[in-house]
Amino acid sequence: MKILICIKQVPDMESKFKANAAGNWYEETDLAWRMNEYDEFAVEQAVQLKEQVGEADLTVLCIGSDRVKETMKKALAMGCDRGVHIADDESYLKDSYAIASLIAGFAKDKGFDLIFTGMQSQDRGSAQVGVLIAEMLGIPSLTTLVEFSYTDGTVNAKRELEGGTRAKVSCSTPALVTCQLGLNTPRYPTLPNIMKAKKKELISTPVAELSPAASLLETLQMAPPEKKGGGLVLEGDPADLADQLIQILKEKTTALA
Amino acid sequence: MKTLLVAEYREGKLLGTSSELINFAAQLGAESAMFLVGSEGALPGYSGKLYLADVEQAGEFNPSLHKQMLLEVVEKEQPQMVVLPHSSYGWDLAPRIAMALKTAQISEVVEVKDGNLVVPSCNSKLRRQVKATTAVTVVTLQGGAFTPAEDPSGTPEVIKVEVAAGGDIEFLGYEEAAETGVDLSKAEVIVSAGRGIGKPENLALIENLAKALKGEYGASRPVIDAEWAEHSRQVGTTGQTVSPKLYVACGISGAIQHLAGMKKSEFVLAINTDKDAPIGEIADVLVVADLKQLLPVLTEKLNAL
Ligand SMILES: Cc1cc2nc3c(=O)[nH]c(=O)nc-3n(C[C@H](O)[C@H](O)[C@H](O)COP(=O)(O)OP(=O)(O)OC[C@H]3O[C@@H](n4cnc5c(N)ncnc54)[C@H](O)[C@@H]3O)c2cc1C
Repeated sequence: MKILICIKQVPDMESKFKANAAGNWYEETDLAWRMNEYDEFAVEQAVQLKEQVGEADLTVLCIGSDRVKETMKKALAMGCDRGVHIADDESYLKDSYAIASLIAGFAKDKGFDLIFTGMQSQDRGSAQVGVLIAEMLGIPSLTTLVEFSYTDGTVNAKRELEGGTRAKVSCSTPALVTCQLGLNTPRYPTLPNIMKAKKKELISTPVAELSPAASLLETLQMAPPEKKGGGLVLEGDPADLADQLIQILKEKTTALA
Repeated sequence: MKTLLVAEYREGKLLGTSSELINFAAQLGAESAMFLVGSEGALPGYSGKLYLADVEQAGEFNPSLHKQMLLEVVEKEQPQMVVLPHSSYGWDLAPRIAMALKTAQISEVVEVKDGNLVVPSCNSKLRRQVKATTAVTVVTLQGGAFTPAEDPSGTPEVIKVEVAAGGDIEFLGYEEAAETGVDLSKAEVIVSAGRGIGKPENLALIENLAKALKGEYGASRPVIDAEWAEHSRQVGTTGQTVSPKLYVACGISGAIQHLAGMKKSEFVLAINTDKDAPIGEIADVLVVADLKQLLPVLTEKLNAL
């Protein structure tokens, strides 16, 4: 089986964010970077599938500056076989359509049986790229999966709906699936696997060589939300804070009545 | 401007999101028509054209077939904007439509500002104003962002849509979330654990505080996914919706899907090491502190009262 896993590198969401000078994205300096959380489930599911079927080749693809190779190495250490890096220092300006076009352009003649993506990225959060890739390739896509199984060219899966209800769905391969939080338990790479990953193929191709499509969306402005809630913010020593909180709970709520 | 609103229908019911679509179109001052794969027995309150495909034939979930029918309506109505809810139905269908129409898609719109659409990014820590370079756009709306003050009324003019056969996905039915476990919807006090508890052993801190406040404990999704607590304790869009008198969010960042489940709480106290955590937007009190230090002290003092 040939399997493609598309991942993105995103900042840790606990970081402090501010707009960049152009006002069209966040300032990328001073951030800690990691694999998009949803994509960890995609990598894990692909690796589990390889363990199940035995013969499979897992390509992990990532678009971005050289910085993203660190995240690709994690995917290789988790069990992907090779890395395809599309080197693009300005990938953050590309919208979902432009990103999906690049990936579909890469995948179109490669005969992948299955493509795994996260259901969305944590920074842009558009939840479009996976479905767009599948539509461009003309293959079925199943989104928001919390359960996945594969037998003989058929994917059986469960999509997560509002309220925790699940929809049981099925399709034949080739297909694309987008992974939701909780689909599996992503493994931590072991030290021997981290060492092995260093020797795995990781090829960079400059984006300009791939004739990228233009974005259909532009960012006009990026800014923190206007503060609406005038909530009280307390800081200080735990014992003092506890006293203050008890006072507040007595005055403002019936919880201690 | 003309919009085409795509309403949703599930498990034999029209979903309430149609009123948000109608309200959004009204905010834009746009004309509208509506598309629904549903049934004549459950029509939305709406005075406009409703293109209705029979759900008995088209199925509740069959995205490639729904796409084909929707595209036929787009062809007839020529809208500048196709609007869907940002829901499991909408975010699945929207990119299929956008791709077929070769148009930009704007996902999870939270507000209209100076005529432009605004979407969240980075767990709502930032907002992005966007502009499409295409004349037509496909748009999805964040749940709750355009809830009208009053449900719209009216009787739609129903136009039947022919249903052809087809689809590349088989839909095999629903599986309901297990109904066993705690019912948080009745709790007056809920203390919830988020990923910020760090490890399962720290759940005891949350449980102890909940006991001291004579309430129940709940959790955000990562805590459930990691199996540190059972699913019935999950608060949010894919868990329970709660409205206690007091909600204490410990180590919870305040993602929209969590907020949707607890924003009706009367009083929200958040404990978080990150002063900028989005939970601060709706918290009555945000305590910037490490929960591992604060909770034991607070619990002890409460128990001593
Ligand atoms: C379709 C969909 C449905 C979803 N449904 C739900 C749902 O029903 N419920 C839900 O909760 N989520 C849901 N999610 C996930 C949601 O988007 C977030 O990922 C999730 O809510 C994050 O949980 P969290 O706040 O606990 O973790 P994080 O976002 O990781 O936040 C952890 C927080 O803990 C703080 N922290 C860290 N250490 C400490 C410490 N020592 N003391 C105090 N604070 C600390 C950090 O500053 C941070 O703010 C859904 C997502 C999707 C896409």
